[in-house]
Amino acid sequence: MAYLFDTPEQRRRMLEAIGISSIDELFTQIPAELQLKRELHLPEPVSELALEQDMTRRLGQGGTSAGICFLGGGVYDHFIPAVVDEITSRGEFYTAYTPYQAEASQGTLQAFYEYQTLISQLTGMDVSNASLYEGGTAVSEAVFMAMRVNGRHNKVVFAGTLHPEYRQVLETYFSRLGTTLVEIPHENGVITAEACRAAVDDQTCAVVMQQPNFFGCIEDITTLTEIAHAAGALAILAFDAVSPGLLKRPGEYGVDIAVAEGQPLGTPLQFGGPLLGIFTCRNEYVRKMPGRLIGKTTDRKGKECFVLNLQAREQHIRRDKATSNICTNQGLLALRTTVFLATVGPNGMRQMATLSHQKARYAASVLTKIPGVSLKFQQPFFREFVLQTSKPAEAVLSALTAKGINVGPHLSRFDLHNVSGMENCFLVALTEKRTREEIDGLAEALKAVLS
Amino acid sequence: MRNQTATQLLFQMSSPGRGTIVFPPSDVPAVSGVPELPAQCLGSAQLPLPEIAEPDVVRHFVNLSTLNMSVDSHFYPLGSCTMKYNPKRHERLARLPQAATSHPYQPESQLQGLLSVLYEMQHMLAEISGLPGVSLHPAAGAQGEFTALLTAAAYFRDRGENRTRVLFPASAHGTNPASAALAGFECVQLSGGKNGFVDLDELKAQLDDRTAVFMVTNPNTLGLFERDIAKVAQLLHDVGGLVYIDGANMNAILGKTRPGDFGGDMMHYNVHKTFTGPHGAGGPGAGPIAVRDFLAPFLPAPIVTYDAAKNWYSLSKPAKSIGQVRTFFGNVGILLRGYFYIRTLGGKGLREASELAVLNANYLLSQVKDFLEVPHGDRCMHEFVASGRKLKEETGVTTMDVAKRLLDYGFHAPTVYFPLVVEEALMMEPTETESQQTLDAFAATLRTICSEPAELVKGAPHSTAVCRPDEVNAARKPILCWSAPNC
Repeated sequence: MAYLFDTPEQRRRMLEAIGISSIDELFTQIPAELQLKRELHLPEPVSELALEQDMTRRLGQGGTSAGICFLGGGVYDHFIPAVVDEITSRGEFYTAYTPYQAEASQGTLQAFYEYQTLISQLTGMDVSNASLYEGGTAVSEAVFMAMRVNGRHNKVVFAGTLHPEYRQVLETYFSRLGTTLVEIPHENGVITAEACRAAVDDQTCAVVMQQPNFFGCIEDITTLTEIAHAAGALAILAFDAVSPGLLKRPGEYGVDIAVAEGQPLGTPLQFGGPLLGIFTCRNEYVRKMPGRLIGKTTDRKGKECFVLNLQAREQHIRRDKATSNICTNQGLLALRTTVFLATVGPNGMRQMATLSHQKARYAASVLTKIPGVSLKFQQPFFREFVLQTSKPAEAVLSALTAKGINVGPHLSRFDLHNVSGMENCFLVALTEKRTREEIDGLAEALKAVLS
Repeated sequence: MRNQTATQLLFQMSSPGRGTIVFPPSDVPAVSGVPELPAQCLGSAQLPLPEIAEPDVVRHFVNLSTLNMSVDSHFYPLGSCTMKYNPKRHERLARLPQAATSHPYQPESQLQGLLSVLYEMQHMLAEISGLPGVSLHPAAGAQGEFTALLTAAAYFRDRGENRTRVLFPASAHGTNPASAALAGFECVQLSGGKNGFVDLDELKAQLDDRTAVFMVTNPNTLGLFERDIAKVAQLLHDVGGLVYIDGANMNAILGKTRPGDFGGDMMHYNVHKTFTGPHGAGGPGAGPIAVRDFLAPFLPAPIVTYDAAKNWYSLSKPAKSIGQVRTFFGNVGILLRGYFYIRTLGGKGLREASELAVLNANYLLSQVKDFLEVPHGDRCMHEFVASGRKLKEETGVTTMDVAKRLLDYGFHAPTVYFPLVVEEALMMEPTETESQQTLDAFAATLRTICSEPAELVKGAPHSTAVCRPDEVNAARKPILCWSAPNC
């Protein structure tokens, strides 16, 4: 049997040392009437070769190679330098676990300390933790943290331009806690100062925003943050992890907590998981943070080294009073992002963001020249925008798929409030990977589909 | 041999202009007629990220990696974490295009292979647990707990019941109470009886119509099977409550007994433990849950369904779903590795894996019990908890000292000081993929350490790059981010 290597002779000797004659005797701990009397009904065991043949048949084609990818909505088809896969597949990182024994985990601990620093540098925020599950849970964890900071549990305000799946996660997380979630309706794809002021009051715990927002549009985060602060609420920003290459960093808006889906920075799409939850905040709130934190310290000989820090916040110590129930970080994905950022550096981040933006502008320009196609929102955007066409989006996207081009998602997929005419709307996302030829091909295909 | 230049912090290795070129120049013309980014939203300066050439990046991380212990390089008997061998064959399969590069909003027509695998995985986890409703959605075990508790809450609300309390024994993982609190329940901790077993009288005294869920790990965190689990379940069911099985220790019972058969109503799996995901220095995991049929309509979305008439797999939302607890489907990359593992072993192989995990743990127990106290008996399931209490009394050497000294001998330490109910606890879980030779060497080393001069052990580790980081000072003045000198 694969992975089970002991010979019958070894098993016999072990049983003898224990003082029993069969393995079954060890399982008498389980009352007989609770024991399974049959074999599990599972497929027959397969060899490595047979499994590879079956999986290659079923999974060997598809993914983003099934069509040119203009899909967006939170995760994106970005380039991953080979060095990321090469480094992170090293067994010493890959098959280690949580660095409980600091002396046996300095590689991991230093890499996570570097991750925290790189993310601080990327975001302009004081502190980053060593990562959470993904962007959506990071938003909910940010709201819990805001409650611990200002003690306001009754009301949380969120932008109607927040990713609908982030909103859905928020609704699930707070479904039993008696917190009212208030949506700020958007106007032409963005949140206005007036709408924000109307929603925020002195009971408001936090204002949750997204930059660029779910529709790809640029929000006036500075103003919205000032409104939140004036009411004593915290400003929470979900940002596009690539955007600091071109746009202001979250810290420059003055927000209190900034979170992101870190997938674009070196993690493959994998049908949406595992991903990377980036979580950052201002220094003064560090003891209220959820998740792992790595700190620098010195050892007995005064040598600089790294440890799991501020563990007294965590579930294994604080139990029901912990800052979160999270037990691990996303170690491997955090390492991927560390290697990614170390490799591409500031110039690579600028190029990645600028290329994505330029290509998005070019795509918007050529696509809106097609009769019956327009930008849904006349707003500046970063790398993604909502297109409105003369036909239902779902049918348009299916027709494009048939031509080998994946675009979307279409907005009727989501339970979006306050968006009229969304059945004809869909997102178009660009990354540095898309070429002019592919964009022109999309324009040609869309023209054909609509005519 | 150590290359200390390469293991400086990345930031100390940076030189302006010494970056790596990764991306090509733009191939699209500048355009007008599209809304321009306003100046006030643009970043002002270059990001303060380090600039490092690719060869230096590689050397840095390769050298850092050598400062780690890992399953690939060392015996790693970290109790409760199931550090078994991570099969290499899974890695290549997980990189197949549909597995690695599918976008979550891609059309179902391009995902049929992947969805068929995930659909099969749902069935496999239902069969292994004896609980028919499966959601692959939660990101990790702790999120599985939280999700199942919300599922239970939705079920009670649907029945018009207001149940507010979640109970758990003192030996429970910290995530249990943390998840219950997060899900809005009142937490009630039971002190437990002998051997860490649930005390039925104590439990009974706490049960009433406010009881929602009893969370229990079985085998428990002492590595013992709760003999009275069926009675425990009966007590809960009698008052209308539900039993949650923390599946952290599933590696002990695969194909031997099933949570659904011993009274559990819901459970989570830790796929990365039981079915070998890469532990990745602390994640990612995957924490799918399995529940009884009457709870299935409340499971989170999405789940994979199959239309046999059309031979078509699709994603759908259960009728009374609690919604999503994260974005997108789930941690597919880890779920797939679990699937590959189950396919490789089959039903017989899974049972054998558990048998050997239990054999190895009992063998190790038999090899250490004459010099290290094992307070909860001569038999265990897949792990056991020894106590360094006597050693500490006699020599002043603590469990932490022993753990650190093990590192000198090339063994990762067991889990220490957990569960809290055992003094100076050393929780050892060898797993089935370790050989008798490894276990013998480990036991002999432990024996040696227990008789080494106290001073030597208390000074350990002597061979690692660092020794006993000052955690107290780290917490007092947290330094969580490198900053440039004079800045």
